[in-house]
Amino acid sequence: MPKRSDIRKVLVIGSGPIVIGQACEFDYSGTQACKALRDEGLEVVLVNSNPATIMTDPELSDRTYIEPLTVEALDPIIAREKPDALLPTVGGQTALNLAIALAEQGILERHGVQLIGASVTAIKVAEDRLKFKEAMRSIGVEVPDSSYARSIEQALEAAERLGFPLIIRPSFTLGGIGGGIAYNIEEFREIAGRGLGLSPVHEVLVEESVIGWKEFELEVMRDGADNFVVICSIENIDPMGVHTGDSITVAPALTLTDREYQRMRDAARRIIRRVGVETGGSNIQFAINPDDGRMVAIEMNPRVSRSSALASKATGFPIAKIAAKLALGYRLDEIPNDITRLTPASFEPTIDYVVVKVPRWAFEKFPQADRTLTTQMKSVGEAMAIGRTFKEAFLKAFRSLELGSQSHILGQPAEAEDDTALQQALGIPTDRRMWAVFRALDRGWPIDEIHRLTKIDRWFLTQFQQLVELGRSAAVVGARDLSADLLRELKRDGFADTDVARLVGFDEDTVRARRREAGLVPAYKRIDTCAAEFESFTPYLYGTYEAECEADPTARNKVVILGSGPNRIGQGIEFDYCCCHAAFALRDEGYETVMINCNPETVSTDYDTVDRLYFEPLTFEDVIAVIDREKSAGGDVACLVQFGGQTPLKLALRLQSAGVRILGTSPDSIDLAEDRERFTKLLWDLGIPQAPAGTATSAEEAREVAATLGFPVVVRPSYVLGGRAMAIVYDTASLDRYVRFAVQASPEHPILIDKFLEDATEVDVDALADAAGNVVIGGIMEHIEQAGIHSGDSSCVVPPFKLGQKHVDTIRDYARRIAQALDVVGLMNAQFAVKDDVVYVLEVNPRASRTVPYLSKATGVPLAKLAARLMVGRTLPELGLAGELSVPGFFVKTPVFPFVRFPGVDTLLGPEMKSTGEVMGGADSFGSAFAKAYMSAGQELPQGGTAFISVNNLDKPGVLPIARDLAALGFTLIATRGTAAYLRAHGIEAEIIFKVNEGRPHVGDELLNRRLALVINTPLGRESFFDDRVVRSVAMMQGVPCITTLTGASAAVAAIAALRTEGLSVKSLQEYQAEAAGARG
Amino acid sequence: MDAILALENGRWWRGRSIGAAGETGGEVVFNTSMTGYQEVLTDPSYAGQVVSMTCPEIGNYGVTGEDEESRGTQVAGFIVRSLSPVASNWRAEGPLSDYLVRRGIVAIADLDTRALTRLLRSAGVMRGMIATGRPDPEELVARACALPGMAGADLVRQVTCAEPFDYTPPEDTGEFVVVPGRTAARPLRVAAYDYGMKWNILRRLSAHGCQVRVYPATTPAADLLATHPDGVFLSNGPGDPAALDYAIANARELVASNLPVFGICLGHQILGLAMGARTFKLKFGHRGANHPVKDLRTGQVEITSQNHGFAVDPDSLPHDVEVTHLNLYDGTVEGLRHASRPVFCVQYHPEAAPGPHDADYLFARFLEEMEKRAEAQ
Ligand SMILES: Nc1ncnc2c1ncn2[C@@H]1O[C@H](COP(=O)(O)OP(=O)(O)O)[C@@H](O)[C@H]1O
Ligand SMILES: Nc1ncnc2c1ncn2[C@@H]1O[C@H](COP(=O)(O)OP(=O)(O)O)[C@@H](O)[C@H]1O
Ligand SMILES: [Mg+2]
Ligand SMILES: [Mg+2]
Repeated sequence: MPKRSDIRKVLVIGSGPIVIGQACEFDYSGTQACKALRDEGLEVVLVNSNPATIMTDPELSDRTYIEPLTVEALDPIIAREKPDALLPTVGGQTALNLAIALAEQGILERHGVQLIGASVTAIKVAEDRLKFKEAMRSIGVEVPDSSYARSIEQALEAAERLGFPLIIRPSFTLGGIGGGIAYNIEEFREIAGRGLGLSPVHEVLVEESVIGWKEFELEVMRDGADNFVVICSIENIDPMGVHTGDSITVAPALTLTDREYQRMRDAARRIIRRVGVETGGSNIQFAINPDDGRMVAIEMNPRVSRSSALASKATGFPIAKIAAKLALGYRLDEIPNDITRLTPASFEPTIDYVVVKVPRWAFEKFPQADRTLTTQMKSVGEAMAIGRTFKEAFLKAFRSLELGSQSHILGQPAEAEDDTALQQALGIPTDRRMWAVFRALDRGWPIDEIHRLTKIDRWFLTQFQQLVELGRSAAVVGARDLSADLLRELKRDGFADTDVARLVGFDEDTVRARRREAGLVPAYKRIDTCAAEFESFTPYLYGTYEAECEADPTARNKVVILGSGPNRIGQGIEFDYCCCHAAFALRDEGYETVMINCNPETVSTDYDTVDRLYFEPLTFEDVIAVIDREKSAGGDVACLVQFGGQTPLKLALRLQSAGVRILGTSPDSIDLAEDRERFTKLLWDLGIPQAPAGTATSAEEAREVAATLGFPVVVRPSYVLGGRAMAIVYDTASLDRYVRFAVQASPEHPILIDKFLEDATEVDVDALADAAGNVVIGGIMEHIEQAGIHSGDSSCVVPPFKLGQKHVDTIRDYARRIAQALDVVGLMNAQFAVKDDVVYVLEVNPRASRTVPYLSKATGVPLAKLAARLMVGRTLPELGLAGELSVPGFFVKTPVFPFVRFPGVDTLLGPEMKSTGEVMGGADSFGSAFAKAYMSAGQELPQGGTAFISVNNLDKPGVLPIARDLAALGFTLIATRGTAAYLRAHGIEAEIIFKVNEGRPHVGDELLNRRLALVINTPLGRESFFDDRVVRSVAMMQGVPCITTLTGASAAVAAIAALRTEGLSVKSLQEYQAEAAGARG
Repeated sequence: MDAILALENGRWWRGRSIGAAGETGGEVVFNTSMTGYQEVLTDPSYAGQVVSMTCPEIGNYGVTGEDEESRGTQVAGFIVRSLSPVASNWRAEGPLSDYLVRRGIVAIADLDTRALTRLLRSAGVMRGMIATGRPDPEELVARACALPGMAGADLVRQVTCAEPFDYTPPEDTGEFVVVPGRTAARPLRVAAYDYGMKWNILRRLSAHGCQVRVYPATTPAADLLATHPDGVFLSNGPGDPAALDYAIANARELVASNLPVFGICLGHQILGLAMGARTFKLKFGHRGANHPVKDLRTGQVEITSQNHGFAVDPDSLPHDVEVTHLNLYDGTVEGLRHASRPVFCVQYHPEAAPGPHDADYLFARFLEEMEKRAEAQ
């Protein structure tokens, strides 16, 4: 079947901001899809609200809309673009839901747009749990028993019938939000109640539990001629009950007999047929009872997914790319396999290595959050590792997590934890359970006992036991008698040099030396989809301790780019975006590009992003081994560390002292900027003000410093990203608490104490600098929220909308001089705070920053690409960059937060970053741009109704204009006593309402009764802390916009006004740039 | 205990012995299936061959009597990267290592099996020896060179049954019944030549409603025809088809008899030769469960289970034999049918075990041929 001729223009919908459950795997799949469609000569129109994606690069599509993923925004886009087809299967749940909405509102039909990849009916059968279960029964595939409930009573009846434990799933919440497992009636009432509340249709599914069964996933593909292949099987080490996204998983499935596997494959084939996915990829989940082999189907996702990204990286088979081609009518056997070239895509990859994925959580940022892992996903990122054996892959995966001392799973310090506590830690799955498993093995607990508690398959437990025993024998032998044979065994089982060092009491360098004496260096094998049955043409490699190395590096001059590892809050997709851009630019500059990364969700680990891809952990040991191997062919090898966030930066100095040439800004300058003492001195010499600050290595010192600075102060450990463990403290007591518990201050780890600049306007700047000392300011981004809220968590706008010209000039001047003083070559990010007419420097990072992609999209200038070129010797004039970069309109960046996933966690923002992703809104006025950004972030801006206002005394004067505007816009105002009195005193009508602890009906009740459309609530300080915290979390759960800063509030009001007057207009990046070009003449 | 694998080209690897002590030799081949090691070990087509599994973790789910494909283990030797110390599966009767020892299979682990695969892929399959203990590698290489080659060897006589017998299907392991596309309206009598037949072929034939009588490979065709079966089946088996003149002669009679004839693997090659084609030895054969095969009549692609080192040469086909299936990896012939007679055969394994069930429809095709003829009479 050749390509369809009736499709010329395709609309692709992305997945929007990075949130828990939808991360950059959808940038990977979306990017592949766009490329594939372009290669087929189609016109591609892309819509995605997330600027920090490769897929939204203007050169990837013909029209790129960074607009809200809502029907309101898609309607005009479809109207002006008139695409022939819509591909909804590469943008996650978001794209599917949006496609359904567009279809149901008749918009697709009206403009003659056909869905390709998945039909409405197919999507519904797969997404609607009840339809799905009926479908399964109709083809004789077993599913867990269940029934729907629209009230607590009905829910209880269902519970009666099915018996505990029970799975509860609210209908139509994204990623199963609000679902859970109930072991008893109390839990059941709570979860079912919450679920009914959260479900837009007030419905929950109550389902028979198969907790403890083995969980499997099949990634399958089907073409228009009903050809069917399984791309990859994935086994969850954590059994049923822990979301696949939170499970440690392994590919291929390792504990299935051929009969069991083929039965699953047959079922998958029947399922994809029955659901009716005509073309493309699907993810199907199964559970198997370990005691009798009974198999049930859990769910099917009729689209590419996190798991399909994992499967693509694990096998080398590009699922999203092939899915896009199938959607155009091609058949699997008409598409070649890129890796073998000679064979077609209509086959099932077979792999001769083992792949392990481990999730990474961010609980350290949400101390009040429940760490129990259940049916709804909580992790924010993942690391994948590849080894020739399970043991090797497993240990590589764990060191890829970069949890510092926390990641050591072997030889953990014998915790003072009694057996009951340990049993608990095994029985109740949390992010730390696997460490508990190893502690139990350390204590010599029998495998059967650990299996009884965890239900983890005995095969895996046996592997772990072997690791523990090997580690023990190494510890027993000790440093002096560590034989080459034992060392070889340790390395072949995946032990890191640091593991060996810790176990035998060496330092890492000695282990490395010993290893090299014994000739023990990793060999690199290729990922080739076929277990070496055919030759592979793509250098997609992983390291292992085997005899034969297939790396065969070239003698070309090359740059090794270090990626950013697993996504985490504070270091996410933005850095992967920068690494990819570096690769594209350096390839154009004629270098061979080599990428090292271990995050399977990313574009940087797509084998067509770079010339040579090493899927390896980002530790010194693994990185230097790759560099040595690449050097062995003779070419000059340089290393780029400034684009991957803190992960590669941490390695810079060590790599340099190991003789690796680091491109661009020198590691010493980077260190200078990170090292408070040195940096303060530099600013002093430059005569640039900085918030008065000091460092302390003990509680006593901290007190003294704080006393001299005066409270409030900002405290933090040195060397942090994303404001980790940062806090604003108002008095000595809380300072002591912080220094003692939050971060143990010590001579090695001093804490930094700054004077907190209250009510200061914060400004972010990204600049480019070359070796000749030229500097170009990429953009000046004014924060909406005042300093004190992490730059990653506050909305910002370019160009500045309130900041005075003279401050803008000062900031430019400072940025330029600092860049020159630091000899920056490449990118530099700086944060300033403007208070009482003085511009202070908050921090300077001579590296790629979180704002680079957003700013690149706003200015139309690919900052990261240019920076990479500067780093290999180009100058700014050469690249045609002289003056300022301009922006055609206003572009607002707004963060998105994971709070809905963590009930009970306070949503108040501070200097510690909590957002997982960001969106961008662009328009001709600030108001409209902010409105769009706000919508993209998933918030409804009310057009009228009742606005609740409650602000602390300091904020009362500031809230007046806001209240006036709201009233003028026709909002009814309702406020807590103090605020109401103040408003009335200034002639603004406001109804009084009880605080939560004042009586009923109080503000919380009114929120639940959906009577409030907008909440403006600035923190009221300690005394009524509990009160406003409740308000904030209820508002969040109800999806009522809750604004906690005055600046945010006035922006929101401006946005509401703009929506009223200007409505919502859409414009593509290409159009913005054409206009900009026009303006430049 | 240590062990060494040595190849005729002088390459050798040291590893760990995971099976019986002693030494063994044969043609070293690789199999890319990720499941089904027990079915592979017991597939008679592997007689005389030392099989290396490309999947690195082997033995995880142990072994069970239910998954045997013949009377016993058939491989000459076994090579894996990493052997599981335990058996983790509700059906497991014991770990793989004990089984290998019990069945006297010399096997080696912990060597770079991917390097071995790459060598065989580029240099072609070659003879090799596995010896446990600390033998002299050079001397082992010499012995590998002295081994007889596959070409021209008749291995069928070693693996075929001694006496004819009627197949009685086991109590079906309910868990895993594969529902046949269709079953015969009335019981059909099939006479099957056993060249080293996998049991799952018998299970599939009877699942489709056939009563099968199995005959030793050397039985004259006349004896089969004398029983007036509804159809005749030619099984899979080991070695070089060209060496089996008696089987080819019998196949010629069967083709001429106008009875429906269905052949699998070696049976396919024998029918090819009987219908006047030639066969040749593939560089490194097809052994795995992921080969795409296109049915030229429907255009459908099926993922197939494969195990063969020889193939039918398409250029040698007489005008009245058509190619029905092609291998999409290398374009080799995967299926044939006679233009005017009810004779058809496939190179791959519709009975799977191990492998996907995509090609199970071929048993139904065999039914149709037999029923058509029955009606015609
Ligand atoms: N009936 C069940 N019993 C026990 N655990 C279940 C059951 N159904 C689902 N789960 C667990 O919940 C997780 C999420 O369920 P799933 O149906 O996959 O929803 P999602 O769309 O969020 O992936 C699964 O990965 C599995 O571990
Ligand atoms: N002296 C200060 N006064 C007010 N706010 C500050 C001060 N120092 C830091 N902050 C706030 O804390 C946030 C994080 O601090 P920063 O130094 O940028 O840490 P990170 O390196 O994690 O980005 C800043 O974005 C700013 O809002
Ligand atoms: Mg799921
Ligand atoms: Mg910062």
